[in-house]
Amino acid sequence: MSAERGQRAVFCGLTGIVWLHRKIQGAFFLVVGSRTCAHLIQSAAGVMIFAEPRFATAIIEERDLAGMSDANAELDRVVARLLEGRNDIRLLFLVGSCPSEVIKLDLSRAAQRLSARFAPSVRVLNYSGSGIETTFTQGEDACLASLVPTLPADDQPGLLVVGSLADVVEAQLQRLLVQMGIPSVQFLPPRHAERLPGIGARTRYLLAQPFLADTARALEERGARRIAAPMPYGAEGTTLWLEAAADAYGVDRRRLEEIIAPPRQRAQRAVAAQRSLLAGKRVFFFPDSQLEVPLARFLTRELSMVAVEIATPYLHRGHLDRELALLPPDSRIIEGPGVDAQLDRCRAEQPDLVVCGMGLANPLEAEGLATKWSIELMFAPIQGYEQAGDLAELFARPLVRRTRLAV
Amino acid sequence: MRIATAMQGLHYVLHSPQGDTYADLLFTMIERRDQRPPVTYTTFQARDLGGDTAQLLQSAVRAAYERHQPQAMLVGASCTAELLQDDPGGLARALNLPVPVVALELPAYQRKENWGAAETFYRLVRTLAAPTGGDRSGTGNQVDPAAVRRPRCNLLGATALGFRHRDDVCEITRLLGRLGIDINVTAPLGATPADLARLGAADFNVVLYPEIARPAAEWLEKTFSQPWTRTIPIGIAATRAFISEVAGLAKVSADEVLEGAPSRLPWYSRSVDSNYLTGKRVFIFGDATHAIAAARIAADELGFSVVGLGSYSREHAREVREAAARHGLEALITDDYLAVEAAVTELQPELVLGTQMERHIAKRLRIPCAVISAPIHVQDFPARYAPQMGWEGANVIFDTWVQPLMMGLEEHLLTMFRGDHEFHDEAAPSHLGASPAAAVTPAPTPAAAATAAGVSWSDEAERELGKIPFFVRGKARRNTESYAAQRQLSLVTLETLYDAKAHFAR
Repeated sequence: MSAERGQRAVFCGLTGIVWLHRKIQGAFFLVVGSRTCAHLIQSAAGVMIFAEPRFATAIIEERDLAGMSDANAELDRVVARLLEGRNDIRLLFLVGSCPSEVIKLDLSRAAQRLSARFAPSVRVLNYSGSGIETTFTQGEDACLASLVPTLPADDQPGLLVVGSLADVVEAQLQRLLVQMGIPSVQFLPPRHAERLPGIGARTRYLLAQPFLADTARALEERGARRIAAPMPYGAEGTTLWLEAAADAYGVDRRRLEEIIAPPRQRAQRAVAAQRSLLAGKRVFFFPDSQLEVPLARFLTRELSMVAVEIATPYLHRGHLDRELALLPPDSRIIEGPGVDAQLDRCRAEQPDLVVCGMGLANPLEAEGLATKWSIELMFAPIQGYEQAGDLAELFARPLVRRTRLAV
Repeated sequence: MRIATAMQGLHYVLHSPQGDTYADLLFTMIERRDQRPPVTYTTFQARDLGGDTAQLLQSAVRAAYERHQPQAMLVGASCTAELLQDDPGGLARALNLPVPVVALELPAYQRKENWGAAETFYRLVRTLAAPTGGDRSGTGNQVDPAAVRRPRCNLLGATALGFRHRDDVCEITRLLGRLGIDINVTAPLGATPADLARLGAADFNVVLYPEIARPAAEWLEKTFSQPWTRTIPIGIAATRAFISEVAGLAKVSADEVLEGAPSRLPWYSRSVDSNYLTGKRVFIFGDATHAIAAARIAADELGFSVVGLGSYSREHAREVREAAARHGLEALITDDYLAVEAAVTELQPELVLGTQMERHIAKRLRIPCAVISAPIHVQDFPARYAPQMGWEGANVIFDTWVQPLMMGLEEHLLTMFRGDHEFHDEAAPSHLGASPAAAVTPAPTPAAAATAAGVSWSDEAERELGKIPFFVRGKARRNTESYAAQRQLSLVTLETLYDAKAHFAR
């Protein structure tokens, strides 16, 4: 394992708004940033933007740079106008950006001020999605961490599953956990801004995403304790994830086996369907979402692929301890690599499949390398038994496509 | 970045945080470019801010020079880096690299993208165009240049991520070739810094996109006495005018090329089938060049009625206002898509010609739409040859704008057989397949409008209104209500509806 410097080629944390604004009904994300931020959000959100948008950008203009009081007054005006026209907003996130950080616009004070003004109908929170503080999925981490102190206290035992999941995945996992007899299974982020899960000293939490360092810290501060587990990718990952939950709540292993055997077999069959194509193929990860280590574990263990290099923007060794233990011991894991040096290594290795961001995918394809764009792994439902086959298929598709094309 | 990515042998170092690297994918994904843009980002992070971001910039510039060995470099700051005030230009110059380094000052909090692209191109031209002007044999000699060689021009303004720039360059190069005019340099698209050094060797400049190339062309005129073209050859009349203008500058005859004008647009537009295009109400929004051209083509070459015209190009607002005045309209100059959406909602046009943003607006309001200008999306980089300029451009425009519309007789059938399960209000034109019914918001709410005007509708009148095709229903409702309000009628009856129709039909 090593860390590297040099130019990074990653999204900033603002990008998380693209899925968070869909996930949490009743929440609104107001980015305080430049035209570039607005452009990013618009182009990243692409087609979604006109479907009842729950995000916007308060654009910092030249006159805002002149004096801080003006910027604050302007922000208050923008928020007031926004809330006036939208009575469906219950929770407003002020999202910091690179320029707002650099001019030291204090959004936490702004959030307090605005919360006092619009309480109780609207709560105003803040977090930073800036590219000088956060990388891509760290935006979700920052968002959820800002939400944790506002969760209601609850001293009953309960399990909290943490990290954005597609609704369908959430429902599947919830069914399994409830069948196991685990009391009060709740999810963070919640589906609606007004239905926040409770938390207390008897809450155990289970991460469903690998990038939630700050959120976990905030949960611990509220007394919750983490259940260590690998991520629920593939038949094996999902089983280990559920077993960890079962053990934490004293669920009998035989009972667990009865519940999970049918879906696990389905998952194994579905994954096996892709193995003949992927086994032995060499895969190379560029850093993107922090999903790289768990995905590499899935590909190496369940599909017999060879991970040539696993680069991740940030490596949380504590949360990934179970994952790292499952990887081949000599794996080349690199934290925050410089893009030019990594491109050189990638070209030298000539892997069968490159997992990378959208800025690199077409140029690498043009050089003859097969690529899988990694952002899709953040948007597609990939967790749980029923999605294991789909996850494998996402990696198989670029290779299948190459065998089909005769042009 | 659109300038740097368009060119070869040039490298751009952008002082910026890591998030700004998303800009790469605009080129690699939307334009499907097969190479990374020639841009190095310094990607400073919070922990660098206390330290030396200037040092970071210098090492990035040096590393980029060594790795890419460009003929020239651009150095600039993104919106965030601008706040750091590191003076990237000065820092880069202090490295004494053996190639020209052009420092950009693009105030991101004041100016917008097209201004930045124009300024970047201008700075490059100013720095790189050789003062001698290369071999421009003839000037100062007694020999007439045309006697020794064919006239030649530069083709200026095409960039990366431009709307059909690649194909426009092809089309216009071919057109100029038929006039006997050679291209000296095409820039920025495909040009190297060495090519820019040869700009002075042309007899004149063809400015395809004034938003990008006007400042450079003005400087070239001042420096090398190169005149430049004002006509943008989009549409039949403009292509003809362009040919005459160019022929005049090159001192060649335009007759033969004008004679054989090979576009199908004039005949297609005159064919009886196109009768149904007459007076179609069209709303136009885009960059100034494309919006103005679209308004002219819509009115003069397709027989549409232009009901709205606007642009986000504040630098060219005057020209857009003049064009709008010719259609009896006030131009909408804004970069707020909500203002555009409000205008489209209000006008209820039958066709929207706009950018990617207007495509979303039109989709939401269920109005047919064609894209005429950047900003654009991946589907606006078609695999086929699809210029906007010249004769072929006119063909492409005819097809693209007419295709989303309901065919003439189909529209009548729709009115005749309302309530049929195929021919009903919400049906898309039959040649366009099923309409995407999901996630569509209905046109502006009638109830609110009624209350606002203080007018209510009788059941009978409301039912009758329902029989009017949906794309004119909003307009009919508003007209009727304002008619009723003017006459202080509180209830719209069947009579009022038809009185109003007669009133507005004058």
